[in-house]
Amino acid sequence: MEVGQMQRQWVEYIRSLFMEGFLDGQFLQLQQLQDENNPDFVVEVVSLFFDDSEKLLNDLTKAIDLKGTDFKRVDAHVHQLKGSSSSIGAQRVKNACIAFRNYCEEQNIEACFRCLQQVKQEYCLVKNKLETLFRLEQQIMAAGGSIPTMELSF
Amino acid sequence: MGSGCAAHSSSSSSKWVMENGDEPHVLAVDDNIIDRKLVEKLLKNSSCKVTTAENGPRALEFLYGTFNGTGSKVNMVITDYCMPGMTGYELLKKIKESSATKEVPVVIMSSENIPTRINKCLEEGAQMFILKPLKQSDVKKLTCQLMNCKG
Repeated sequence: MEVGQMQRQWVEYIRSLFMEGFLDGQFLQLQQLQDENNPDFVVEVVSLFFDDSEKLLNDLTKAIDLKGTDFKRVDAHVHQLKGSSSSIGAQRVKNACIAFRNYCEEQNIEACFRCLQQVKQEYCLVKNKLETLFRLEQQIMAAGGSIPTMELSF
Repeated sequence: MGSGCAAHSSSSSSKWVMENGDEPHVLAVDDNIIDRKLVEKLLKNSSCKVTTAENGPRALEFLYGTFNGTGSKVNMVITDYCMPGMTGYELLKKIKESSATKEVPVVIMSSENIPTRINKCLEEGAQMFILKPLKQSDVKKLTCQLMNCKG
């Protein structure tokens, strides 16, 4: 595949991520921060997000216990995850966290358990999508091309 | 990138204005590692020197240390509101309570738009309250005020 084709594929792919709500405008903010001095900024921040989220999801899995749940602690973890997903533009993860926090407030353990599954699912989806996006970027760079500048035109 | 923010020497009584033409040194406090990385890059893009801290006590330790010659003078503190242990509000109070540090402008960031929270911080002397997630335009506004940009 030649570079132009790869670039078009990248544009279509990232556009679909916005259209499907996986990413929001904050992701563009991250891309705009990437420059010659920090050519890997987006990958670095997203990698931090992956590591941090996995830790939080593990903690949440342990903290939600039918025998006894510390809702304050659960809420604190979800708040963190909501913050980081919001900061990188992972919109669906963020929205799932917002719903989750409402159920924490209600101390509804079954709903919390379902929310945790929902958050995990959204996280896995966005992780796969972003990894695919980064792979496309690597292919473009390896072929000597550059990543197109993305304008949010919709 | 932006430009043209000229630093003026402090003949005005504005707490924001820096006294010399150097890059502002901003202390950014946030318990979230992703947010710390983001705020650091946003500030660096606005020509600031940045020190980050992951909590209030470490931020205070660094801030007091600059008075003893460890690290350069801090021109502004930007802190998250919701942090475990010492909140951003408590950090703000501590900074404003000490005669050594009370002139340092403090900006509070929060993901939650709660008017009582915002008012509480402004009343305690916060220079500004910014909603997260942070964008380049938010940080440019701040640093321009810090360097007293006109127009």
